[in-house]
Amino acid sequence: MKKTYNLSYSANGTKNLSLLGSVKDKANRYLQQRSIVQHLLRILLYSVLLFMALIYLLPLLVMVMNSLKDVEEIRNGSLLALPKDPSLAAWAKAWGSACTGSTCEGIAPFFINSFKIVLPAVAISTILGALNGYVLSMWRFKGSDLFFGLLLFGCFIPFQVVLIPMAMTLGWLGLASSASGLILVHVIYGMAFTTLFFRNYYVGLPRELISAAKIDGAGFFLIFWRIILPLSPPIIVVTVIWQFTQIWNDFLFGVVFSGADNLPVTVALNNLVNTSFGGKEYNVDMAAALLAALPTIVVYVFAGKYFVRGLSAGAVKGA
Amino acid sequence: MNKTKAAIAGLALAVSAVVANAGEVEVLHYWTSGGEAKSVAVLKDLLTQEGHSWKDFAVAGGAGEAAMTVLKSRAVSGNPPAAAQMKGLDIQEWADLGFLADLDGVANKAGWDELLPKVVSDIMKFEGKYVAVPVNVHRVNWLWANPAAFAKAGAEIPTTWDEMIAVGPKLKAAGIIPLAHGGQAWQDATLFEAIALGMGGSEFYNKAFVTHDDATLRSAKMVEIFKTFKATRDLIDADSPGRDWNIATSMVINGTAAMQIMGDWAKGEFTAAGKVPGTDFICAPAPQTEHQYTFNIDSFAMFGLDSDDSKVAQETLARLIMEPKFQEAFNLNKGSIPVRQGMNETPFDSCAKASMASFSSTAKTGDLVPSFAHGMATTSSALGAISDVITNFYNSDQSADEVVVKLANAVKASM
Amino acid sequence: MANQRRFTDMLADSMPKLVLAPSFLIVMVCIYGYILWTVALSFTKSRMLPQWKFVGFDQYNKLLNNDRWAVSSENLVVFGGLFIIICLVIGIGMAILLDQKIRQEGLLRTIYLYPMAISFIVTGTAWKWLLNPSMGIQKIVREWGFEDFTFDWLVNSEMVVFCLVIAAVWQSSGFVMALFLAGLRGVDSEMIKAAQLDGASMPTIYRRIILPTLKPVFFSAFVILSHIAIKSFDLVTALTGGGPGYSSDLPANFMYAHAFTRSQMGLGAASGVMMLGGVLAILIPYLYSELRGKKQ
Repeated sequence: MKKTYNLSYSANGTKNLSLLGSVKDKANRYLQQRSIVQHLLRILLYSVLLFMALIYLLPLLVMVMNSLKDVEEIRNGSLLALPKDPSLAAWAKAWGSACTGSTCEGIAPFFINSFKIVLPAVAISTILGALNGYVLSMWRFKGSDLFFGLLLFGCFIPFQVVLIPMAMTLGWLGLASSASGLILVHVIYGMAFTTLFFRNYYVGLPRELISAAKIDGAGFFLIFWRIILPLSPPIIVVTVIWQFTQIWNDFLFGVVFSGADNLPVTVALNNLVNTSFGGKEYNVDMAAALLAALPTIVVYVFAGKYFVRGLSAGAVKGA
Repeated sequence: MNKTKAAIAGLALAVSAVVANAGEVEVLHYWTSGGEAKSVAVLKDLLTQEGHSWKDFAVAGGAGEAAMTVLKSRAVSGNPPAAAQMKGLDIQEWADLGFLADLDGVANKAGWDELLPKVVSDIMKFEGKYVAVPVNVHRVNWLWANPAAFAKAGAEIPTTWDEMIAVGPKLKAAGIIPLAHGGQAWQDATLFEAIALGMGGSEFYNKAFVTHDDATLRSAKMVEIFKTFKATRDLIDADSPGRDWNIATSMVINGTAAMQIMGDWAKGEFTAAGKVPGTDFICAPAPQTEHQYTFNIDSFAMFGLDSDDSKVAQETLARLIMEPKFQEAFNLNKGSIPVRQGMNETPFDSCAKASMASFSSTAKTGDLVPSFAHGMATTSSALGAISDVITNFYNSDQSADEVVVKLANAVKASM
Repeated sequence: MANQRRFTDMLADSMPKLVLAPSFLIVMVCIYGYILWTVALSFTKSRMLPQWKFVGFDQYNKLLNNDRWAVSSENLVVFGGLFIIICLVIGIGMAILLDQKIRQEGLLRTIYLYPMAISFIVTGTAWKWLLNPSMGIQKIVREWGFEDFTFDWLVNSEMVVFCLVIAAVWQSSGFVMALFLAGLRGVDSEMIKAAQLDGASMPTIYRRIILPTLKPVFFSAFVILSHIAIKSFDLVTALTGGGPGYSSDLPANFMYAHAFTRSQMGLGAASGVMMLGGVLAILIPYLYSELRGKKQ
């Protein structure tokens, strides 16, 4: 940005030079002018960015503020008004005593279920994606590109289509209504994206890296373990964040395949928010929603830096 | 109290230990709000006292739509839950596919045939055998009104649909929204069905929405009904689309709106706000349907199981649902009336008592009709098709003459 | 001895294929197998559960005569198109703005990115409130003194699809921004310096040099965005429930409603096949040209 205006103004400057007297005077004025324009542009830039930030934050703000009010205040007051008497009562209820079925223990018990499903599913799909990506970039064979194309198209299958055949398959495998079944489902439908991420990242690595090792007689796994994996942390971060978010937020697979004992937190949240009959406690709904979103928000806040870094390290280099 | 409870529980345990082994029933349902959870917990406690255990699988959302998805997936994967909350003709479809258990053993012992009106037991039976247990009866054709709002506008609560349309300007002039409405497909259908029943009568209603007689669907009467339906648009506010029914109810409670057409579950909102029936709010039959009753029955279908212990537990559950103790506790919580006849009426409020009286009288005259908006009258596919037509008509400038053709075609296509 | 050697060699040679085999199996069964299954189902009269009574193209006929299907597929075109274009524009724009050595870049980036972390099950209610004329933005702006301000898209059948676009863009544009920001960071700075020395202005540099090198990012962003658009389901459920009427219905919601809640599994399957066909028709040429272009 700095350079731009430097360039365009110097063109202007030379034109004026012949008309005006002192070169030094002109140069000073020009420098002054430039810094004012730059200053204004800079202010404009920051205002745009801050304005956008405000818009992005708006829904979150609405949720946080209303979770701190009581139901009466929400019903009578303005959506964006600050809470008159902020209280964490709604949060406490959402966490520990709101009804999610015949029990009223809040959404806390469901967090463990979610973690029990998300952690293995993320780990397995990431490992699988890394190995697939490694083969599809470094060990191509006839048909491997076709397979990649098929996989890419597979991303687009709407999940509602697969519910019934998947349920039949799981029943046949004896995994119906179990945590392992649900983990398997998440691994299967997360694999396309994890493979895509790793493959695109590995394609950007210099091929000499492994051709030398191959000549030295190093095998498939040795090369992966010694050479490729140490280069992978940026893309692992991207993949893990992506998968964690996707699986944590999943409702459809979670409700259909988990069985009564492993219901994830999104189902509990749905039960809490989507009550069909009887009074709605919007403050509790909001608090519960924020609690359920907390793990993913934390991941983004703390690992967001690495996310962009990982993306720039090659994930976006394309096919 | 606790001691006696413990003693009873102990006794029950001892008895059940002799009679049968403890089994587990997994129950799929969509009752998750505070009041409902309390009601379900009553049943859960009763079952536990008999020595069995209850495995809860609650999935809220879209009047059981999400729960239905779960049920289908579970069924095709070969492990359906022991009991699932289910309504109307869905029960027949599941039974037809051979998934449901025969409950005649429990039913005969407890004499369900005598305890239930025939209209209800017909829904619970498949090929003459009980496959499901009814829990409660909701009356859908209620008009909820705020008398203070009417007093302010100097108007009377309407008893016919013409009066309803006519009272609009008066209420509006007083700054009151005449009709509180939530623009969701099922609420549009709830309003429409009340108009159709009132203007067309019970026979017309059954012909159109139960047996789907083509000529009735295309009739001049139906055109007239759609015209009235569209005219109610002038009674509602512009912001209604997407509004939840209970938000609409709260508009009546605080007087911004004067009336709402909604089932008896709306009562819970009024009582929760500390309002008294008869003085703070009026529950009246929807216009022109004073001697008619649209029912909406919640029920549990029991699935066929392999384990004998679970079967025993399942039958215990079925028996408990029909027993007076649960029927009373549950319905007091939920605002509906017990499906079991001959219950003590004293604990219930005036609206519920009126509903009970009307339920038994209409059962005799043939004016007890199933609510199609709530899936009691027709298959889910026909219901879906009809409600698409209704909600689209209500939210567009389609003419009444056009829409009856659409309606008849859509119903035919859904068969 | 030699035999054993040959065996291990063979094993080593086929190792890549062996590693890929499980994934291949999964893709063939759980994606293409199920697609075939769905295609087969779409030719049956299946109602509540799959039933293999074949009825030819009946379900497709029904689908093409279904008003609601027409509305939802039209909505997908409008929604998908606008969503992808606006996300790309905002994403690129913000990435360029953020790339100007901004103080607190990390904080701003996190703010733009966080919507991606939360599902619509969570934010749906907040959006519903904000877009609702009598509670949200319209009411607030009117309270500021702009009495005539109207923003009632949510309750307007003609405009409601734009509400879907707004919420969807809010959720995904930050992620697109991150993709492009990452891409910008990867652009060779020597190239830019050289162009500057040649006297090119910054907008020109962006247009002529930087953006063309970001073509692969466009590709990734497009694939991810179209994938989100086609699968949009929660968005409709949470924000509009398909209303007013069914004016904001999308194909995924149509399919779900018919296959699961309306006991018209055959019709649901047919709509699923149509969706996949649509994806195929639009995406395959694009993917093909991109992948081929890369190789040459």
